[in-house]
Amino acid sequence: MTEGRALVVGASHAGVQVAAGLRQQGWSGEVVVVGDEPALPYHRPPLSKAYLAGTSSLQDLALRKAEFYAKHDIRLVQSTVTQVDRAAQQVGLNDGTTMGYTHLALCTGGRVRTLDVSGIDLPGVFYLRTFADVESIRALAASGSHAVIVGGGYVGLETAASLRALGLDVTVLEAAERVLERVTAPEVSAFYERVHRDAGVVIRTGAQVSAMAGDQRVREVVLRGGERIPADLVVVGVGLVPNTELAAEAGLYVENGIVIDDLARTSDPRIVAAGDCASHRMARYDRLVRLESVPSAGEQAKTAAATLCGKERPIAALPWFWSDQYDLKLQIAGLNLGYDELVLSGDPSRDRDFTCYYLQQGRLLAADCVNRPRDFLKAKQLISQGLGVDRAQLESAAAAS
Amino acid sequence: MSVVTFISHDGEKHETPLEEGVSLMQVAVDNMVPGIDGDCGGEAACGTCHVVVEDGWIDQVGRSGPVEEEMLAMNPEREPNSRLSCQMRLSDSLDGLVVRLPEFQL
Repeated sequence: MTEGRALVVGASHAGVQVAAGLRQQGWSGEVVVVGDEPALPYHRPPLSKAYLAGTSSLQDLALRKAEFYAKHDIRLVQSTVTQVDRAAQQVGLNDGTTMGYTHLALCTGGRVRTLDVSGIDLPGVFYLRTFADVESIRALAASGSHAVIVGGGYVGLETAASLRALGLDVTVLEAAERVLERVTAPEVSAFYERVHRDAGVVIRTGAQVSAMAGDQRVREVVLRGGERIPADLVVVGVGLVPNTELAAEAGLYVENGIVIDDLARTSDPRIVAAGDCASHRMARYDRLVRLESVPSAGEQAKTAAATLCGKERPIAALPWFWSDQYDLKLQIAGLNLGYDELVLSGDPSRDRDFTCYYLQQGRLLAADCVNRPRDFLKAKQLISQGLGVDRAQLESAAAAS
Repeated sequence: MSVVTFISHDGEKHETPLEEGVSLMQVAVDNMVPGIDGDCGGEAACGTCHVVVEDGWIDQVGRSGPVEEEMLAMNPEREPNSRLSCQMRLSDSLDGLVVRLPEFQL
């Protein structure tokens, strides 16, 4: 049955892909996408990269152009959903009205994790999640000279590279003992610390922020221990919190995300979810995994759309990620959860291209590939096939290609 | 109206309007041409927008650049005229362009 109204909450990558997927699967009823930002739905990953560096425009970022939505009869509504009433099959909007649905997709994404320190509300302190955040950062970057980034994850490091490209002095403060600690091997962290330092970025690890200080605006970042670092501009990138409140209040099962099965169904099989907000029980890793990844959002959304149309298209694609910093294109295949062996091809302490393979009991689990697209694609195949690999073969792969 | 044509692996033709200045991948995505995913949004990072340019067009379109080449090198369906469509900017001079789609995207 494809009659009725499919309502998609969240005009995100996942949300738009659900809407497009519904039309591709032949959904003939209404399709409504509710989002709270004023712009046409856009690509978020370039925000900390090309968009911040000023080499792409908001128009370039649009996921699909305006005509796409008109042509495929997808209605975009700018509003915020405040409540889901499953019994009445309707959502409440922030203007007090309600909107009914026959089918519901939750693509609510996430919001930035906030830093709970004094002075965090001072002008000049930013988070980075939306195009509006980046426009504010860019405006201040034009006049400022000292930028401090709080958080040495991908967003923080990409922001550091982009601000460096704009000519600012940049300091990155990371609370852990190394950047990218949660996501990569020590060798890869050391590589990124080296290339940022070579580019003139100051990287401080084990640096815990205790306050932002200033008058009318931020002037300094204060570290635990009392050291004060001058700052005209502070960008905080300390992670993402999934937007699960709507789902939880509606009684759906939530565990670090809205829990979905292989068909993107929530604990109420009539409601699907996809993207950063979703926690998927992945057989490949034998656990619930919540991914902050555009490719995964797209994959889950395609499945969600098929499910709403009564078809079976299980979520299957291998997770992958990318990050652009300077001239370095990092492509990550798979998740390195639970690796017990590392194999390096190339020398991350010296080169600007290498691959770090993560193995578990002789099988390839994941690969971080820096400026090595061939290794990346090969790794994707090897991981998907789940075959055993030989250490010497991986080490020499680059030489052979 | 200028057009470009995508021919799917099973021979089905999808004719779409040519939009000047945008990438061929974006045109495919905007027109829901099946078989072009464009997961990464045009960064030559995913290899899911592979097309094979029909003979006769390749000189006008141009061959793949170095990053693109690396992404295509491992592709089993790679052909001499292979391109990543996200790296192909459209102009009116490409009116009538025909590209073929591989059986699988990576």
